[in-house]
Amino acid sequence: MRYGTHTSACLALVRRDLLLSWRRRGDALNPVLFALMVVVLFPLALGPEPNQLARMAGGVVFVALLLAGLLALDSLFRGDHEDGSLEQLVLSPHPLPLILASKIAVHWLITGLPLILIAPLLAEMMYLPRTVLPTLLVALALATPLLSLLGAVCVALTVGMRRSGMLLALLVLPLYVPVLIFAAGACNAAQSGLPFLAPLLWLGAALALALVFAPLACAAALRISIA
Amino acid sequence: MNEWLSMGGYGSYVWSSYAIFVVVLLIDYVAPRLRGRRMLIELRGRLKREQKRQEKSA
Amino acid sequence: MNTLILWFHKIGSPPTFHRIATRLTPWLYACALLSGLVALYGGLVLAPPDYQQSDAYRIIFVHVPCAWMGLFAYFFMAVNAFIALVWRIKISGILAMASAPVGAAFTAITLATGSIWGKPMWGTWWTWDARLTSELVLLFLYLGVIGLYNAIEDRVQATRAAAFLALIGIVNVPIVHFSVSWWNTLHQGSTVRLLGPSRIDSSMLWPLLLMAFATHVWFFASVLVRSRISLVELESGKDWARKVALGSEARQ
Repeated sequence: MRYGTHTSACLALVRRDLLLSWRRRGDALNPVLFALMVVVLFPLALGPEPNQLARMAGGVVFVALLLAGLLALDSLFRGDHEDGSLEQLVLSPHPLPLILASKIAVHWLITGLPLILIAPLLAEMMYLPRTVLPTLLVALALATPLLSLLGAVCVALTVGMRRSGMLLALLVLPLYVPVLIFAAGACNAAQSGLPFLAPLLWLGAALALALVFAPLACAAALRISIA
Repeated sequence: MNEWLSMGGYGSYVWSSYAIFVVVLLIDYVAPRLRGRRMLIELRGRLKREQKRQEKSA
Repeated sequence: MNTLILWFHKIGSPPTFHRIATRLTPWLYACALLSGLVALYGGLVLAPPDYQQSDAYRIIFVHVPCAWMGLFAYFFMAVNAFIALVWRIKISGILAMASAPVGAAFTAITLATGSIWGKPMWGTWWTWDARLTSELVLLFLYLGVIGLYNAIEDRVQATRAAAFLALIGIVNVPIVHFSVSWWNTLHQGSTVRLLGPSRIDSSMLWPLLLMAFATHVWFFASVLVRSRISLVELESGKDWARKVALGSEARQ
């Protein structure tokens, strides 16, 4: 491997992040458990009747996964900020957006992917019709990276703040609303037998745009916060 | 007059809307001024302390 | 140097801005109050009752101008945020942060009066239609900017972070509106139109426009007052700010 290239830097960062999270692999379960608990609470609150739960299944699963992802966002920069390596990343000669894109990708791999893997279980708990499950998974595959990318921009603005939880949720909500509407909308449309391709395509388009622009915005935000 | 106040039966809705409008804008008027006054008091206190410190060291 | 550029630079100078703001705001408030009172008289007394909504429609004279102001304020904030971030002009940063609470206030009034108007007209305090939901998200955007600005200790950094957030927000506003509209058409619930008559009578139009003018003037007055205070606070180390602080004590 040639040292000093952008690719090698990103690969090194990816390897380091994966290694660090492997050392605390129990932490990766936290968002999953949270999503699980949220979905368990809904039948307890609404009653066990399958038809009623099935009608809300898509939305409930998405909200649970969204909230779990929101909790996990904090871990994107916290570790690096605490030991000072975040500043080193900002100062590095390699393009910051590229570095951040790698970090966000690893973060999604660690937090978003487990959530997608547990989605079928959550869907079953809410009696989601099995025919809708593929749509749900596709929507999640498009939405969770999008949520990670958009969330990363907001986390960059609040990095280093001690009690940033509520503020982060407030910042991120207006950005998450369209994603949730299209993702859950696709699911509900599929469930009602309506065409569901359009919202999935919108999600895909948004993801494509976010893949390009979110790392740039995140880098700008980080430069402002680290100052 | 009473007829005008009742607003065709919708008086409570119309007048509460206008009340909210007036009250919120009143708060918008007063709040920055209160903050400004507090800020000026703090600033003056700080300036006086600095002045005393300079006189002492002079 | 060109006199226009010179004048522009002078405005940006904090002591000049403070002086101009202090002198201008009483007139702006007087203008807003006067036009507001005339508009209220026109709307509450002169305008005839609507044939569909009887007198309840009169809420329009506060609801719609506030809705317009909520959007205008965000646009004003975003433009100043852009100038502050790109050209690092301090006054623009201050103006942007000053317009956030005023815009939030107008948006809150819009939501409250809209809800109150909805009760007799639609029979419900709230409905998840496109406009209301987008307006609610707009309020959250404002609260986010205000919250972020207040959460960071360093005022300069706080301004930059909140300005950046405001810019992200303004890109997001049309996206939210579009997605909520789409979501609304998907769920064919109660599609109610907000205004009964499609065309508005002139006797109802002029109070509406005059009130819109009054709220605009109030907005600028309020922003100037808040900016003036913020300016003294931020520049408290400078001589001109000290003079202002000590001078105001002599006046009190």
